[in-house]
Amino acid sequence: MTHMISVSNLEIVGRRRHGPAVPIVRDVSLDVAEGQMLALIGESGSGKTTIALSLLGHARAGCAISGGRIMVAGHDVTTMTAGELRAFRGRTISYVAQNAGTAFNPALSLGQQVIEPARVHWSMTRAQAEHKMIDLFRALALPDPETIGARYPHQLSGGQLQRLMAAMALVTDPEIVVFDEPTTALDVTTQIEVLAAFRSVLADRGITGVYVTHDLAVVAQIADHAVVLRHGQVRESGPVAEILGNPRDDYTRELVAACRIPPRTTFPAPVLDRAVETVLDLSGVIVGYGRLDAAGLPERRILDEVSLSVPRGSTLGIIGESGCGKSTLARTISGLQPWAAGQVTFRGEALAPDIARRTREQRRRLQIVAQNADMVLNPAWRIGASIERVLTFFRGLKGAEARNEAARLLDMVRLPHALLDRLPGELSGGQKQRINFARALAARPDLVLCDEITAALDPVVAAAILELMAELQRELGISYIFITHDLHAVRAVCDDVAVLYGGKVVEHNSSQSLTTGAHHPYTRLLVSSVPEMRAGWLTEAMTARQAGRPEPLQVAPQGGCRFFPRCDVRMPGTCDHNPVPVQILPGGARIACFTNAAALVPDGDDGSCPDFHNRPISGTDSPEEVRHDDPASF
Amino acid sequence: MKVRVSLPSATQRVGMLFGFWLVLAMFGPLLAPYAPGQIIDTQVFAPISHQHWLGTDYLGRDLGSRLLYAVRYTVLICTLSTAFSCGCGILLGVATTATPAWVEQVAGRLMDGILSIPSLLCALLVIAAFGDSLMALVLTMGVIYTPGAYRTSRALALRIARMDYITVAMARGEGRLFIIWREILPNMRGPLLADVGLRFIYAVLLLSNLSFLGLGVQPPLVDLGSLVRENVLGLVYGAVAVVLPTIVIAVLTVGINLVLDATAGRRS
Repeated sequence: MTHMISVSNLEIVGRRRHGPAVPIVRDVSLDVAEGQMLALIGESGSGKTTIALSLLGHARAGCAISGGRIMVAGHDVTTMTAGELRAFRGRTISYVAQNAGTAFNPALSLGQQVIEPARVHWSMTRAQAEHKMIDLFRALALPDPETIGARYPHQLSGGQLQRLMAAMALVTDPEIVVFDEPTTALDVTTQIEVLAAFRSVLADRGITGVYVTHDLAVVAQIADHAVVLRHGQVRESGPVAEILGNPRDDYTRELVAACRIPPRTTFPAPVLDRAVETVLDLSGVIVGYGRLDAAGLPERRILDEVSLSVPRGSTLGIIGESGCGKSTLARTISGLQPWAAGQVTFRGEALAPDIARRTREQRRRLQIVAQNADMVLNPAWRIGASIERVLTFFRGLKGAEARNEAARLLDMVRLPHALLDRLPGELSGGQKQRINFARALAARPDLVLCDEITAALDPVVAAAILELMAELQRELGISYIFITHDLHAVRAVCDDVAVLYGGKVVEHNSSQSLTTGAHHPYTRLLVSSVPEMRAGWLTEAMTARQAGRPEPLQVAPQGGCRFFPRCDVRMPGTCDHNPVPVQILPGGARIACFTNAAALVPDGDDGSCPDFHNRPISGTDSPEEVRHDDPASF
Repeated sequence: MKVRVSLPSATQRVGMLFGFWLVLAMFGPLLAPYAPGQIIDTQVFAPISHQHWLGTDYLGRDLGSRLLYAVRYTVLICTLSTAFSCGCGILLGVATTATPAWVEQVAGRLMDGILSIPSLLCALLVIAAFGDSLMALVLTMGVIYTPGAYRTSRALALRIARMDYITVAMARGEGRLFIIWREILPNMRGPLLADVGLRFIYAVLLLSNLSFLGLGVQPPLVDLGSLVRENVLGLVYGAVAVVLPTIVIAVLTVGINLVLDATAGRRS
């Protein structure tokens, strides 16, 4: 068997200024056969990107390849000169970076950038390259393949840009493509499309690939072999099915376990029951910007008539794709983003829209834990000072008293007391997020708003944080609002879940029933897009999706349901004009959809379009009209 | 056990260099063997000798003594004007990130106005109008360099004000003053230090320019720029008296610049 890539005993060191050389990659050996896809798996700092870049003969500033051999398509990369490397990169091996949004030059049209590798290497004429590019666009399932090249980066979505970047990597017909976390920054609904496009293009062209990721479910879909890395060393390598199904290394086992967090069982299921005392209640909250309309409400709405409630001691999950208003909701509840209309009730008292007009007691009882652990702690303050400030501010504790209380809080989040004298820069991401949590707890809150707190963490660390959250809830009886785009996390920590789409709550349901029962079409799309950790899932999901799905529309509806253009049970004439009715199901769940709840129950596992007859919903237009315009009926 | 010799940190080195020049400005004249105005030799533009370590100037005065006094005035005037410009600029720059928008509108346009006038021209005009007392010099130079400090500190503060820890402090309900002094300012220290140093260098150059044109420090007082001007005739004789003050100006400005560059390199 010929190996397209063969790395043996690779050593890479990093050096900070005149400091000693620190090994980043130690004794790594791996082989990739022609036409195969190898996944490099590991948490941040495991050296996976460093290894991937070394295949292109590149070491990041401050790093150097200090030993070993890298054979790529018959070239010994470590001995190549700068000139040879230039001819080699982009031609024999190309690279797809993580964040396509920042990888394109905003001042040039996309087509110019996509054919640039071919132009730089003089491998084909402009006309040939453009022809090739359009073929690739078609293969990657991009809309309007003939004309999309004339557009500019800001006009396209993240998923489209990621596919364009793949086209750029493939335009020179390279033998090898290195993908560096290409779907990490994407929403799940987009990720599945990008993955499917990547896979079919690579298979058609017999390209050898290296795929860097930390997401094991993605690995299961796209790779043949996998290498698990930790601290720059190989922990385990072998076929993907082996590694995921039967991991032998302890660390791999831990990783696999972190991806299979058991669903939450602690809280009894029917929490939507109104008899339980609610901590927070939102009704008809509108947040927006732009001119005011006749009713004095903003024209452009980020949140549109959002109504939610959080029962005491429970966790409400908020899910939705980027831009759906999740973070604005957190800012609104915490008083950083005043609302234009609606009412927010906290522990029975109405909250003022502006933080300055809330009482200290209200602010104390409602704490926010923000998304990015790296930015939420003041880098100039020691950890102790950050926590003690909250203790002094809200509880009047000073000196030794505050110090002891801060130490007690560190115990609570399972961190050593020594951290109190450290600066945030000296802590790891997971530690910072725990500190962040401890700081919120310092105020003895009733409700903690968690805005994507696990998004930037490695799976093992994230799983530990989620566990800690649940544990503290049991001990202290805190309520949480848990904002995320990670459905696994929702199932692990939430009792209820609210699904946001385009600033509207399209569904409010119990989190354990996400895979069963009636759901909003968007919820079903979301749930069916979360990769499962088994081979063949992607094929199944894509087949199911293509079967029952009409083409997405490019135009936004003028009124009615915001999900209309992407909906698989849409009824033109009804859904895009009339106000959306909210159906209340027997269990207390709420779904905002025209289609009757009975018809929204998934048909088997595939999540495709159900064959139920659509019955009209009371409160909407006449039954005849609905039935008449509905393509799904009869 | 290995003995570790720790070099002073970048910030300490900046402090040490500034400290050196300040000490020289305060106490240097005590070392001067002669009074600055005293004519002690008949030979003008005398070369270096054991009597006059740095030679004599165009009137036969001891250059070493005059140089020590010149350093005093240059450094002190520039320190005072830098303190004025950076004090006003930073205060205003940081404060406007937390005040209503119209305050920034007014302050910002005022600063833009000052910034649009060439600094040397502005100084010439003000001194022509208000005379050339030391106080006028300090204030003029202070005002001229305020917009720069304002712009830099405002840009820095705006970046920090968008950080999540400021959001957290605001959600806690902290007051504006607390946020400015405790949350924002400590994080601006490094870049601000570099900026203050840079303004000091600008001030040295402007003062030297003014004095060279005869509008800066007036006789009998003396600063580095006026030393160059009054001895410029010595250029044809290759006199020490004109070369040395220029070298001192260069050492003062370039030295501080180099140390500051080292701190900037450290951070990135």
